[in-house]
Amino acid sequence: MSTVTQSKGGERIAAYGGATAIALALALPFAVSGFVTFQLTQVMIFAIAILGLNLLTGISGQFSLGHGAFFALGAYAAAIAIDSFGLHYGLTLPLAALICFLVGFLFGLPALRLEGIYLALATFALAIATPPLLKFSLVEAWTGGVQGVFLAKPAPPFGLPLSDDQWLYFLTLAVGLALYWVARNLLESRTGRALIAIREHPIAAGAMGVDLPAYKTLIFGISAAYAGVAGALSAIVVQFVAPDSFAFWLSIALFVGLVVGGVGWLPGALVGGAFIVFAPNIAEGVSKGLSGALYGVILIVLIYLMPAGAGGLLRQLGLARGPRSSR
Amino acid sequence: MELFTQQVLAGIATGGIYALMALAIVMIYQAIHHLNFAQGEMGMFSAFVAWQLLLWGAPYWLAFVATIALSFVAGVLIERIVFKPLRRAPVFSHLVVFVALFAIFNSLAGFIWDFTIKPFPSPFGTTPLFGAGLIGAHQAGMLVVIAVVLVALFLFLRTTRLGLALRAAAANPESARLVGVRVGWMMALGWGLASAIGAVAGMMIAPIVFLEPNMMLSVLLYGFAGAVLGGLASPGGAVFGGFLVGVLENLAATYVPVVGSELKLPIALLLIVVVLVLRPYGLFGRKPVERV
Repeated sequence: MSTVTQSKGGERIAAYGGATAIALALALPFAVSGFVTFQLTQVMIFAIAILGLNLLTGISGQFSLGHGAFFALGAYAAAIAIDSFGLHYGLTLPLAALICFLVGFLFGLPALRLEGIYLALATFALAIATPPLLKFSLVEAWTGGVQGVFLAKPAPPFGLPLSDDQWLYFLTLAVGLALYWVARNLLESRTGRALIAIREHPIAAGAMGVDLPAYKTLIFGISAAYAGVAGALSAIVVQFVAPDSFAFWLSIALFVGLVVGGVGWLPGALVGGAFIVFAPNIAEGVSKGLSGALYGVILIVLIYLMPAGAGGLLRQLGLARGPRSSR
Repeated sequence: MELFTQQVLAGIATGGIYALMALAIVMIYQAIHHLNFAQGEMGMFSAFVAWQLLLWGAPYWLAFVATIALSFVAGVLIERIVFKPLRRAPVFSHLVVFVALFAIFNSLAGFIWDFTIKPFPSPFGTTPLFGAGLIGAHQAGMLVVIAVVLVALFLFLRTTRLGLALRAAAANPESARLVGVRVGWMMALGWGLASAIGAVAGMMIAPIVFLEPNMMLSVLLYGFAGAVLGGLASPGGAVFGGFLVGVLENLAATYVPVVGSELKLPIALLLIVVVLVLRPYGLFGRKPVERV
């Protein structure tokens, strides 16, 4: 079982760190340009998806290389609800969460039979199948086929003195914080302990009375719902969905973000989100022709420096808690 | 019935590509127990090396052998330089390094040889053999190459001391180390072998899909599918799985109306997921027994 080793000092530092981060996040959009605000919003969106992936992979130990598919599902659910049915964009978030929870839960049923690398492959198949399914001609009336769906940018409500970018930033921040709070509490609950037990030793967990199929499918659904909310936010913020934005690279990027942030350490999602948004830009800034190679080198160097991600590094320094990934 | 035969033959022809890729994937899985995402890009890079050698005037088979040798060395070096320091890192980190290698090889190939599509020669020629041109001389030659690689691998793994050591290191590193197997070097050897097979795959696939940095992307995906379908523990199963994926893909496109032609990829993948659900360790795989 996991050992929660943490000094009192570490706890205080974590609390101060969290408070500082929130204060900083509230002030930041007023200090940087609209484009940077937009980028930071994207960081948080990816962080929400990674948070969901972390619940699945980091906490319950199930692989997924297919969360891009749930992200896409959420994005399309939101876009279609707004575009074809005139739903208010705020209501698309719970809608996306609900749809993705159901699909994730259903996908979790066959996934029960699979383990490790085989589950990774099955979910990866989901990711690969997403763009062709979105382009499929019979659903083109809603999805817009290859063209995708364009949306209008929502203006800040109640006459708030914010720019559009700033409003979307704060909306994403609020949703992100709420979802983080939910994840945190889930982890501390009986359900969270059951999930950790499943990750550490499924057979032993089963023998202790943990209902493996119920918990595994439940967390699959919750995790997919997180990705779906992130996708819906992405559709609203980017104002555009198209099949090729959800190629399997998205799923891979989410997985990379998860590992860079630290598997099993929830705040790491933010680090991972930042990596997804900024690392390719940095690589491109250094050299256009070799940007891919540079991205790869940056990634390898990061893994060298912190084999267990940012969370692993902090844990070594005694600044973060959370179970060490056992595999 | 004739249509069916035609489609099966066409499926076998494309399936050969997937089978070779699946074989390389299984080989590395045997050595390191991971799926190598960079496998396709490594094969692509090898094919480019061969293309460069040919451009410099080397005869085909010399370039063929030299490329395999270079790829073997490169595979060993990758293990020694990149993965040896990460041996204690979690599984997830290894997968991420594969992604990094993927990006590096793809970008390097584009940087050195640019992204224009290049023809790649076939040693077997391109004359159609039978099946109304569905199986050409190159496809037939490729099937022979697959058979040769498979037999050579089988003999190496089953009859030589080194092959036994390699399997032992993969199956149980601790015990293997206790009886004197140098586990670290066995992993490097596995990487070298996988890289060499990847090079063969690259050079056989390039004449069909044409040489360019992204040529392996879909091949790799189908190769994964084939490998998993056949079972990751079985090289022969992987080859069979690769062919099966090729045939299924073609039959889905032919016989499922409307949906088939547009969604042949999702249908093929769905079938694979179904097979996995029924046989979670692949058609020829066995559930690893774990001591509690």
